[in-house]
Amino acid sequence: MTGKTGENYNNNYLNYVKTQDPPTRHFKNCAAAFGVGGLICCIGQFIRLMLEYAGLTGDELAGTTSVILIFLGCFLTGLGVYDRIGRYAGAGSIVPITGFANSVTSPAIEFKTEGWIYGMAAKMFTVAGAIIVFGVFSGVLVGLVYYFI
Amino acid sequence: MKKGNTVFFKNKPRISSFAAICGSKEKEGVIGGYADVTLDDDMYGESTYEKAECKMLTNAVSLAIEKGGFKERDIDVMFSGDLLNQIISASFAARDYDFPFLGVYSACSTMSESIMLAAMLVNAGYIGRAVAATGSHFASAERQYRYPLELGCTRPPQSQWTVTGAGGCVITDAKEGIKITSATMGRVCDYGVTDVNNMGAAMAPAAADTFMQHFRDTGSSPEDYDMILTGDLGALGSRIVKDLTWEKGYDISENHVDCGEIIYKVIETEFQGGSGAGCSAVVLNSYVLSKMRAGLYKRILFAATGALLSTVSSGQGESIPCISHAVDLEY
Repeated sequence: MTGKTGENYNNNYLNYVKTQDPPTRHFKNCAAAFGVGGLICCIGQFIRLMLEYAGLTGDELAGTTSVILIFLGCFLTGLGVYDRIGRYAGAGSIVPITGFANSVTSPAIEFKTEGWIYGMAAKMFTVAGAIIVFGVFSGVLVGLVYYFI
Repeated sequence: MKKGNTVFFKNKPRISSFAAICGSKEKEGVIGGYADVTLDDDMYGESTYEKAECKMLTNAVSLAIEKGGFKERDIDVMFSGDLLNQIISASFAARDYDFPFLGVYSACSTMSESIMLAAMLVNAGYIGRAVAATGSHFASAERQYRYPLELGCTRPPQSQWTVTGAGGCVITDAKEGIKITSATMGRVCDYGVTDVNNMGAAMAPAAADTFMQHFRDTGSSPEDYDMILTGDLGALGSRIVKDLTWEKGYDISENHVDCGEIIYKVIETEFQGGSGAGCSAVVLNSYVLSKMRAGLYKRILFAATGALLSTVSSGQGESIPCISHAVDLEY
């Protein structure tokens, strides 16, 4: 397991730990993510159709749909439901826009105890900050590629 | 007297009284019937989780003092620590008392380190009565080490669940009670595990090292103990520590019990079991010590294990150094 020589003692141990680790259930996780993620998208599509029916078009339609989904994400986070969905669904509830809403709302709730400015407002983007940085960055890259093609 | 890394207590300090408080999730498990106070509300009537943790610790200390028939003025010193930055729960709990406070930090092995230090001072005759206590809270630990509570993310199958609870005991120079016969000071062990979600695998080598050191120093063997109790290795870590000691010629598989593994009734979202400073403190100060006092166990080796990492060190890719201190208890 760890062997007698000091040389690769740690490596032997780490390899041994790997054999003992409980496996991550990839198939089950993917299926749950697919199901829940798909369901969230279907709800979004349903909202979109309803708004279209109500007479919205173009950017207004897309914007209003996103706003409603973001509201639902924040609302369910506040009720303490979204983390339960997330525990089960994984990427299925992280990837849609509701997951982004959750990643902003949850630290805001958490750090509220440290004050409105230095707590809630300053730490609101501890999780979402990374998403914003890399989202904007990849947006620029794609934009450049698009410009030259 | 000291041999190897083990200190032998000639005057046999005693654990005169003990008390434990546990949260709502822990109440469902084996310790629910043995803890002195079980909470229905993990906020404990406070406005923040940190205050709740502090209040649990304060109440555990007060209860332990009260149960032993002591008054606050009888206590000479308190050893305590917790998981939060700058051990705020312990220090804030200590401001409610008149007796001196010595803060210790040893992550999840704070309970065994506090007992050991208290026993040393009592054995030497410097003090007559000392309190050793610690606690942790799921929500405050989660906020410091991981993500906000409401963030919807999955937990890896190696992960553990920080115990909400606090436990404390009073160590005295009395002639009755549970004897502390010796204590082994742990060495920091690091086998290169970097996965912060796999604390069991990181801490198991430290526990194994301390066990073997203790067996060598005291000349005892695993069969001499009714129970070899580790703090929060979890199911995975327990398997590893058995393998590690077995490899070196000690078989602890018969009587090894892990507090983290037994604390929760159903392993559902906790995966490998409980963790945190409160884990060993609650289990030891409720179920284990009361069963010991009832005569079910005669001799126990209690070795809580602690992972000495911070969010900074793990963020910078450092591996996780771990420690374990062992206390030999007899009744």
